[in-house]
Amino acid sequence: MKTSIARKILMALSGFFLMFFLLQHVTINSLSLCSEDTFNSVSHFFGYNPIIQYILQPVLIFGFLFHLIMGMYLEYQNNKARNKKYAKHNSAASSNWMSRNMIITGIMILLFLGLHFYDFWVQEMNYKYVEALPENPTRYYHELQLKFVDVWRVAIYVVSFIFLSLHLMHGFQSAFQSVGFRHNKYTPLLKKLGTAYAILVPLMFIIIAVYHHISVSH
Amino acid sequence: MSDKTMNLTLKIWRQKDAKSAGKLESYPISGISEHMSFLEMMDVFNEQQISAGNEPVAFDHDCREGICGSCSLQINGEAHGPDRRVTTCQLHMRMFKDGDTITIEPFRATAFPVIKDLVVDRTSFDRIQHAGGFVSVNTSGNTQDANSLPVPKVDADNAFDAATCIGCGACVASCKNASAMLFVSAKVSQFALLPQGKVEAKDRVLNMVNQMDLEGFGNCTNTGACEVECPKGISLDNIARMNREYMKAAIKKD
Ligand code: SF4
Ligand code: FES
Repeated sequence: MKTSIARKILMALSGFFLMFFLLQHVTINSLSLCSEDTFNSVSHFFGYNPIIQYILQPVLIFGFLFHLIMGMYLEYQNNKARNKKYAKHNSAASSNWMSRNMIITGIMILLFLGLHFYDFWVQEMNYKYVEALPENPTRYYHELQLKFVDVWRVAIYVVSFIFLSLHLMHGFQSAFQSVGFRHNKYTPLLKKLGTAYAILVPLMFIIIAVYHHISVSH
Repeated sequence: MSDKTMNLTLKIWRQKDAKSAGKLESYPISGISEHMSFLEMMDVFNEQQISAGNEPVAFDHDCREGICGSCSLQINGEAHGPDRRVTTCQLHMRMFKDGDTITIEPFRATAFPVIKDLVVDRTSFDRIQHAGGFVSVNTSGNTQDANSLPVPKVDADNAFDAATCIGCGACVASCKNASAMLFVSAKVSQFALLPQGKVEAKDRVLNMVNQMDLEGFGNCTNTGACEVECPKGISLDNIARMNREYMKAAIKKD
């Protein structure tokens, strides 16, 4: 953690971890498009399995907080590294918008996660530990649908997923470069894979949100 | 050869010394030939300033053929101007149009403080070099037979490419984070790839990265701006290599 390269590598590793989590998250959510029962039983398993609840969930929260705090710290240091800004800086000539604005897309994702935590996680914790209601393995699908009744909430979700997509467009391939993986043959392929991941995963989340909004309001 | 001339407006950063605040000043200049190099245009400008009894603009230059790394300048928001793979001394005025306004600023980074006008202090690069950018064996006067130590052609080529870095600092100037990773990675790579450099590879990368951080350069976030603006085409491959060298060294460190 002491040097810039160590921080860069840790940033990439936490990024890999979060991208893996996203893949798992989107897979489970996609089940809600196919079968109410499967979605319910998988959600119930994830919600009550002790290894997931007491080990993986804290690891996820730690990984997320690490990525967030480190990202903010790097931004602070990087601002300090140029104490006097250019009057004219044509940065678009040499780099893309996504790579320069990870802090902006990151903060938008953070704001979204505030709402998302309130929507699902806080209510789940409340159900399980505060009110200590009995286990009900069939409640999840219904709870999910209720969240997407409000068109404004769906809109916020959709916009947030676009920010997520922009963040991943740079993040995916950047993480590989940071851990030193670069190869004349595989890096171009990896960049394509990164773009596909950055489009498909958020798009899938969008489809799920919109699908439930439409299905519940008709 | 036709000899088109142009009239331009120069917006130049003027700063009396390291402590003064400095600001952009506008100057008209006329009759600039498209065949001039950017620095020749600056010479013409300075001669006019001197004849008018004004203080000429200070800027760095030496070889004027793209090999020394002295010239710098952020021209219209790009290090070494709008052309690719050239230094400011190799930039031609034909890259600009009659009537253009050209903004000329010093390379900006906390680790490159302005000395006067467009001249910045790049000794932070020297200190990074002193921290490890060398091999400790004295090779002068007792050169070995080249065939006694075979080096794969690819490694030799890559090492040579890395060694073409002229230490100009355009990578730092272009990077939104003012990171020096491209420069340092070129200096690390040129040795890491060759048998003579492998001996001290571990200490070299750790010490040079440490010095780079101490100088106050920013963190690399892989935007890739450095590679595009580098006059020598130093590739991001070198940064990936340095990341690997660093990991190896940090893990093996005793
Ligand atoms: S890497 Fe390129 S831009 Fe950076 S100092 Fe070397 S030659 Fe200049
Ligand atoms: S003056 Fe030497 S590289 Fe431009």
